[in-house]
Amino acid sequence: MIIAAAREIHNNEVVFVGMRLPMVAYAVARLTHAPDAVGFFECGVMRHQPAQSLLYTMGDPANQKSAAWLTGTLQLMGMLQAGKVHAGFIGGAQIDRFGNINTSRIGKPGPGFTKLPGSGGAADIAAMSQRLFSIMKHQRRRFVERVDYVTSTGYLDGGDSRQQAGLHHGGTTAVITDLGILRPFGPNHELHLASWHPGITVAQIRQATGWDLQRLPDAEETNAPSKEELQALKKVDPQGFWS
Amino acid sequence: MISKVVTLQQAVAEHIHNGDSVVLGACLEPMIPFAVSYEIVRQHKTGLNIIAPISDISSDILIGAGAVNTITGAWVGNVSEGLGHNYRRAMEQNIPHPVTLVDHSNFSLGMALLAAAYGMPFAPNKSLLGSDILTSNPQFDVINNPLTDTEDPIVLIPPLTPDVAVLPVQRADRYGGTHFWGNTGLLQEAALASQKILVLTEEIVDSAVIRSDPNRVLFADFQVCAVVEVQAATHPSPMTGIWQRDTAFFGAYHQRTRTREGFLDWLHEWVLDLPDHAAYCRKLGQQLDDLRIQQQHLSVPVNFADQ
Repeated sequence: MIIAAAREIHNNEVVFVGMRLPMVAYAVARLTHAPDAVGFFECGVMRHQPAQSLLYTMGDPANQKSAAWLTGTLQLMGMLQAGKVHAGFIGGAQIDRFGNINTSRIGKPGPGFTKLPGSGGAADIAAMSQRLFSIMKHQRRRFVERVDYVTSTGYLDGGDSRQQAGLHHGGTTAVITDLGILRPFGPNHELHLASWHPGITVAQIRQATGWDLQRLPDAEETNAPSKEELQALKKVDPQGFWS
Repeated sequence: MISKVVTLQQAVAEHIHNGDSVVLGACLEPMIPFAVSYEIVRQHKTGLNIIAPISDISSDILIGAGAVNTITGAWVGNVSEGLGHNYRRAMEQNIPHPVTLVDHSNFSLGMALLAAAYGMPFAPNKSLLGSDILTSNPQFDVINNPLTDTEDPIVLIPPLTPDVAVLPVQRADRYGGTHFWGNTGLLQEAALASQKILVLTEEIVDSAVIRSDPNRVLFADFQVCAVVEVQAATHPSPMTGIWQRDTAFFGAYHQRTRTREGFLDWLHEWVLDLPDHAAYCRKLGQQLDDLRIQQQHLSVPVNFADQ
């Protein structure tokens, strides 16, 4: 999942890197095919080289040492709002068929509802990155017809509803899961199955998705991780804390 | 100038009152003033509005301890572990009592502080458009951009003026002059927006040290109401150049606070049964010593001479 996510980062891009798994995916991309990608971390860190040791948070001393720029959240978020960030990378707890992401609450306030931590910078990254990628575990309870709370905007109700809301660029480009990759398709921007990871079946993915998941015409198996990619992941997360 | 140096107990007793809005952690994951969070609990402060974009388990501890009435923030949990159990109990079951969430993203919270810092009536924002954060926080408004003829909705974010910002720094003089290095998060906006600033410093230095590098000063010394010298004020969060993050401490907290009883047990052991932060550091003992950054990776001096 992390390696498939890393592949979505292009060389020379400015990437806004979210908490947790996106930090690992960015570092793997830097060590493999995207050595000149620039990383923005919302606490106010810009880096060229990935940190030299495992990060538990983006504010760890290892992410500050030899940074290209230590600054404030608003400087980086401001550049994001100005359209200067090519790719945003976030995690999520719940996602729907139009790529809207929920990290705020499951259910409505009342008995049985679950409070989640909230947006952090995810709402900002989702609204304003030119391309948005999200990484999450593929489970039926997480991949739902409609999220309980739109923390981070995808294509809202599909069609041009994102534009109607006033967001003139961006939107989900891919959702990378532990089972495969989903991408929006057609004028409605509904998420479709683009690839399934080696050893995973299409039926398994459909079973783990809470809406009637369609396949892209050219859907195929995800390329297996290369030796180089696996080595990079091992270097970034040697003890497997995140992966 | 008059020295502003006081003890941690004095600073919290004098400058943080029940019901105040307090910035506790402006830099997101690092530089969170846990020493003040703990002292707030020891002094049984209540009804606080905690302003913090993220602040890791500091907010979760204060909520569980019953000190919090309102959370103004973007994220409450345990960064390396996931959910915050006290936050969940408060929001889902009103334990120990109900807490109001003033929901933000990191950017919108920063812009609220920015508006206050610069005396602006509001800050315009685009990132909340379409998000339920916009509809769940009644403080926001949406208008069409009055400077265009086209359809261009913008979110108006009202200014946020905290009563006090608690800001850890690596070094300070006795009068509120400070040096801070590392990522700044929302620190500068929080400092400039707040009515007053309570500084926690790892070390008190001569004013000449501060004046030797005025670019490393992030806010005006006259805004500072108190300077507290306290070792490892940010533990378990890191302090750039001095302390690493105590990730195991966050892990143990996550495990032990799954139940209300487990949390109260933890709170007694690590906060209520200790007289002060020095006792907390002594209790950590070797665990704290091992977190001290040993190596040097020094910046090159800059020249400010005028002749």
